[in-house]
Amino acid sequence: MLQFLQLIASGIAQGCIYGLIALGFVLIYKATETINFAQGDLMMLGGFLGLTGTLALGLPFWAAFAAALVAMLFFGMALERAVLRPLLGQPAFTVVMVTIGIGYLARGLVTMIPEWGTDTHVLPVPYKDDIVSIGGTDGLILSMEHIVIIAVTALLIVGLYLLFKHTKIGIAMQATSQNQLAAFYMGIPVRRINMLVWGLSAAISACAGLLLAPITFVHANMGFIGLKAFPAAVVGGFGSIPGALVGGLIIGVVETLAGFYLPEGFKDIAAYIVVLVMLAVKPNGLFGENLRKKV
Amino acid sequence: MTPLLTASHLSVQFGGLKAVNDVSFEVWPNEVFSLIGPNGAGKTTIFNLISGLYRPTAGLVTFEGEKISHLAPYEIARLGIARTFQNIELFEHATVMQNLLVGRHCHRHTNWFQDLLFTPKVRATELQFRRTVEEVIEFLELQHYRDSMVAGLPYGVRKVVEVGRALAMRPKLLLLDEPSSGLNVDETEDMGFWIEDIKHDLGITVIMVEHDMGLVSRVSDRVFALNQGEELALGTAAEVQSHPAVIEAYLGGADEDDVPAGAGAAA
Amino acid sequence: MRFLFKTHYDQDVRLFRHGGQVFWYGLLLAALFVAPWLLPDYYVSQLVFIWIYAIAAIGLMILVGFTGQVSLGHAAFLAMGAYTEAYLHQHGWPFALSLTFSALVAGITGIIVGLPALRVKGMYLAIATLAFGFIVEEGVARAESITGGNAGKAIGSLEVFGLPIDSEQRFYYLSLFVLVLVVIGVMNLLRSPTGRAFVAIRDSEISAQSMGINLARYKTIAFALSAAVAGIAGALYAHKLRYLSPDQFTFLQSIELLIILVIGGVGSIYGAIFGAAFWIAVQQFIVLAKDWLPPAIAQQTGLQPTVFGLILVAFVLFEPMGLYGRWLKIRTFFQLFPFYRKGLFRRQKSYMKSERLK
Repeated sequence: MLQFLQLIASGIAQGCIYGLIALGFVLIYKATETINFAQGDLMMLGGFLGLTGTLALGLPFWAAFAAALVAMLFFGMALERAVLRPLLGQPAFTVVMVTIGIGYLARGLVTMIPEWGTDTHVLPVPYKDDIVSIGGTDGLILSMEHIVIIAVTALLIVGLYLLFKHTKIGIAMQATSQNQLAAFYMGIPVRRINMLVWGLSAAISACAGLLLAPITFVHANMGFIGLKAFPAAVVGGFGSIPGALVGGLIIGVVETLAGFYLPEGFKDIAAYIVVLVMLAVKPNGLFGENLRKKV
Repeated sequence: MTPLLTASHLSVQFGGLKAVNDVSFEVWPNEVFSLIGPNGAGKTTIFNLISGLYRPTAGLVTFEGEKISHLAPYEIARLGIARTFQNIELFEHATVMQNLLVGRHCHRHTNWFQDLLFTPKVRATELQFRRTVEEVIEFLELQHYRDSMVAGLPYGVRKVVEVGRALAMRPKLLLLDEPSSGLNVDETEDMGFWIEDIKHDLGITVIMVEHDMGLVSRVSDRVFALNQGEELALGTAAEVQSHPAVIEAYLGGADEDDVPAGAGAAA
Repeated sequence: MRFLFKTHYDQDVRLFRHGGQVFWYGLLLAALFVAPWLLPDYYVSQLVFIWIYAIAAIGLMILVGFTGQVSLGHAAFLAMGAYTEAYLHQHGWPFALSLTFSALVAGITGIIVGLPALRVKGMYLAIATLAFGFIVEEGVARAESITGGNAGKAIGSLEVFGLPIDSEQRFYYLSLFVLVLVVIGVMNLLRSPTGRAFVAIRDSEISAQSMGINLARYKTIAFALSAAVAGIAGALYAHKLRYLSPDQFTFLQSIELLIILVIGGVGSIYGAIFGAAFWIAVQQFIVLAKDWLPPAIAQQTGLQPTVFGLILVAFVLFEPMGLYGRWLKIRTFFQLFPFYRKGLFRRQKSYMKSERLK
């Protein structure tokens, strides 16, 4: 039983990471109806920026963390302005292909940057190897890395909730995602909002990267984890922000359990089996809306 | 004489909204039957019910005496019901010719494997399809656009191409959803002639949703007026237009801006 | 400009529109026929890769370019074809039979993968195919008794109708022959009702079904054919490499096939072939360029993904119609000279087309 709880706890932590990346997918999807295949690679860039912040610049960890988020916010906005805005109004397939290209570029260029390269790096975090035990020495043992992941994710969610509910920008983002044209006519600067959404999405991914770094290390291909965040977004119902998080948690927990109880190999494909089952049972995901084209 | 199509006690509900509520009518062979009504009256919904895109929550549609309201859209099309769409649903990245040829799809006798090998039978069918399509092209005077991509055509021409694609099916019943919307006066005039020819020369029964009362009075044998999913009046164009309930529906509400005389916008 | 005066419907139906086309394609085929005698083995071998990639790309084109369905897991079909062929070859099946069977196995897999397409589309379908791709990849690695697992599987020498395919030249002719057959098959489909039904589904599902097209049936056919053609490419790939391992059929391989389509131009068979040729050529070029570039850049392992990324982004931004589109523009330029206008092929800006209109 204790072991089961232990697995659930680490599954939830892993799920938070998936949830955060999925959140990045969903934000961009809601705003532009395209999928950003470079989401995982943005996460990887966040990890590397954190690395530079702490090691090369000697910043304290949380300062480097914040700096990396801000840097990625601007990077995401710049990306939107330079590459994606010219494609506004093109079919989703075109935009998806361009994000795949950005992913290739990111993975390639990162290895060319001195200090980053193709190596695997350790991001030094102040809470490394700390553990917390609940219920005495033979009770539930939680690693600090997991606790930080869960706590930061929770904070971020509260922050996003406040942003969308109570700020002008957040409400403008919501309006834009529901009806771009109407939002435009109401005087909302749709392009600038899209740019902000990309920035926000990049920053959230970077956050996932920095949280994940103590567990998986930082390397050029760490972004491929984004491919598991995809199923998370679908399970939650693409286009739903709480759905992304719940989907991430489901995938994280199922994956961890599958890794322990099922034969080798099932851990890696657990996420995909879950998503196929979901598509067969409830194609619009847990929180998705059922929409049909009008004629 | 038996009716070609009947709708009996047809209702459909989306969530709490009754889009169509207990509507019944009969369409006789070789007549032009028009559905009119203000925006949101449920005209296009009735089309979608007939062509199988929606399922009725109550009531049924029969075609030539057989119940069709449980069939899939492609099965209904194969029975000989063709339709056009309010906002033009052509195959944009194909030529006019290819669009019209798709209209012949239900009349194919070959399967994909024969197509893969392009057997003599496929070739013969293709030639025969082209003969039919050329007749439609001639009928609608589309010769000039035969090999043009649809994506580059002006709106008025697309509207005609869509009618052509439906005619290429050689249907028994043709559903025209706002054939004149977006057309200028001349083009609307032409559309009127074609609808008359479709009825007289091709012997096809037409059900039409239309806002332009000029066109409706000119071509319709009978007019069915709806409001908020319910029947208002049925009769000749003149009878329906002077029916008090119809006048009330169009002019009664202070915020109604859709008077039957004008060419209507999308419902 | 050439004006065609058609006097018979048959002229519309033929594979070649006019005598000029027959001449040029004949010349091309003749050139390809003598090429292996004139070129060094290494280049012949690269051409073989182009033919195989072109077959795979045509397979994907049936689905993406003509039917408008997405697949992010096409490498799975390559894998099904390749491993089926390897297994049957090992058990002594004659090539013609084992190739057909490989296509069949891949096609049936395609039908299964296509099942979600009957209910979902767009991005949901993309993710379903992606999921299947990963599951097949993992399955291949685990089914050690058939596939050799991660250790890989070697394939013995090939014999076709008693003729040993023991040189690059012979394999070149074999794969070119298969490619030509595939191209003719797909062209046949496109000029017949099946192909038009695919295009109809791509452009408007709503009106396709109102024209009597059974969406479920034709989407399934498209998936099956697309997968079967990819399976044929996989079978040839198995013999070309003579050694199979699961890491040849990854997600990135599926993505590469999509990139080939975008580079070549989505929506035409030419696109698939141009794209495949360009893709193989770029890889060779990167290898060659490494000798000239300063070692600081040439040694970088990130060079290849960077170049791929740059090419892909550049094509989408600046030549969205791909190489085939570029070829059309050049040809039109000369045909209309001097009346070519710059804006002739300009993309129309449309406001974001939303699929989620209620």
